[in-house]
Amino acid sequence: MTCDDALAGALADDLNAAFERLACAWEQRLYAFALRMTGRPRDAEELAEETLAQAWRALAGYSPERRRALCLRPWLFQIAANLARNRARSARRHPALSLDDLALASDMVGDGGGLAERIADEDPLGMPEVVVDREQRLADLATLLLTLPETQRVAVVLRHVEGLGYGAIAEAMGEPVGTVKSHASRGVARLRRALERERLSEAREVAR
Amino acid sequence: MNDKQVSTLSSARSLLSDCRGLCEAKTTAPIAENALLRLGLADAYTTIETALGTVYVAWNAHGLSAVTRKPTAGDFEVWAADLLGRKVYARVAAPERLAHAMTAWLAGDRRAALTFDLRGVTPFVREALLKAREIPHGEVRPYSWVAREIGHPRAMRAVGTAMARNPIPLFIPCHRVVRADGHLGAYGMGGPESKRRILSAEGVNVEQVEALASAGVRYVGSDSTSHVYCYPTCHYAQRIGAPHLVTFADEEAAYAAGYRPCNVCRPPAARLAG
Repeated sequence: MTCDDALAGALADDLNAAFERLACAWEQRLYAFALRMTGRPRDAEELAEETLAQAWRALAGYSPERRRALCLRPWLFQIAANLARNRARSARRHPALSLDDLALASDMVGDGGGLAERIADEDPLGMPEVVVDREQRLADLATLLLTLPETQRVAVVLRHVEGLGYGAIAEAMGEPVGTVKSHASRGVARLRRALERERLSEAREVAR
Repeated sequence: MNDKQVSTLSSARSLLSDCRGLCEAKTTAPIAENALLRLGLADAYTTIETALGTVYVAWNAHGLSAVTRKPTAGDFEVWAADLLGRKVYARVAAPERLAHAMTAWLAGDRRAALTFDLRGVTPFVREALLKAREIPHGEVRPYSWVAREIGHPRAMRAVGTAMARNPIPLFIPCHRVVRADGHLGAYGMGGPESKRRILSAEGVNVEQVEALASAGVRYVGSDSTSHVYCYPTCHYAQRIGAPHLVTFADEEAAYAAGYRPCNVCRPPAARLAG
């Protein structure tokens, strides 16, 4: 896989100056990824910061040629995913939540209420109910994601949250394209079944 | 397509578009800043109150990196980025441990856990600055003392330049390095007046230092005890009672009078004693 990444070129020429740009450009994306992996904003902040720190240490040990040839996207997500995995392993929570935890967890996942405001800002005509509905759906989905097995979660988040291609995901996960495709599709299927179950139980609740 | 299939399709679409929505998560935590600070690729800064008023101080994982007076934070950021070759990020205050260490250090506590980042200066400047750091609170030494102590006895001018390049004035006390002729000499952070102000605040009797030097006195000793000669501000010299105080124009005169150099402030030995 070849990448033509201007930032990678800059990292080859002047590591420290270019890394500052990399850190600023990537902090929010790494945070978003880490939040989907850990479910906790504080953990996600730490994980994103640690990802940047590890990335720099690795870059500092690479030759300029190697830096120039880097595909930064899969490479950074690979570091973040490995850190998330180690963290999950050391905390003995794999998957991060069981289905039984869902009720408890739905309070703490999400964006702390900022999302509705942002969407309202972007779209002044957006109906408040619709916004709230979407926010709730996203929070539920984030919680469900945490119930997926680690590999499926990484694949689903990279593919469907971050929008990476399967080639890049394969590189980030260190597995063949076919394997990560199947991780992603099994993950999505599992999410869909879980959402369906919730919808049914909600319908039963209403009918009662 | 039946109704159930349509509903499944639309829920599949909304699942994937909701997934996409999850990447909107944002945080106000300064993640990049913290990572850069941790790696020593950026510095944090704040202001503190000192004998010279409000000064800006910057630090990173290696310790204090830059200190100066500037009219505004913007001026400081430009100056510091140029000096350090890194960005500096504003903080409301220094971390508690650092703040304590800075206060203790400025009050003369040499055991305060304060470190300095001198990666940006040449080895000679670093050596000269670290030597200046050894001059105790409330005392002064001439440029020639620093030059001799770091093994370059003829490099007095270079020592002067090194002091002028001190990125961490006040904390690395280049203000304690003065001219041997009684003039306090130049000072980067506000000129000779500031130098005088800091030294006075540290307890140096500046008038006396100037008076002795302009009377041609370089060293003092006591005729009552061990026949040792010192720089006038040496801790031991300051305890000599007026009736016993003897003064010397140079080390030869002291040697001729039977005196030897103090082991603490280490004035030069006479060439004759060689």
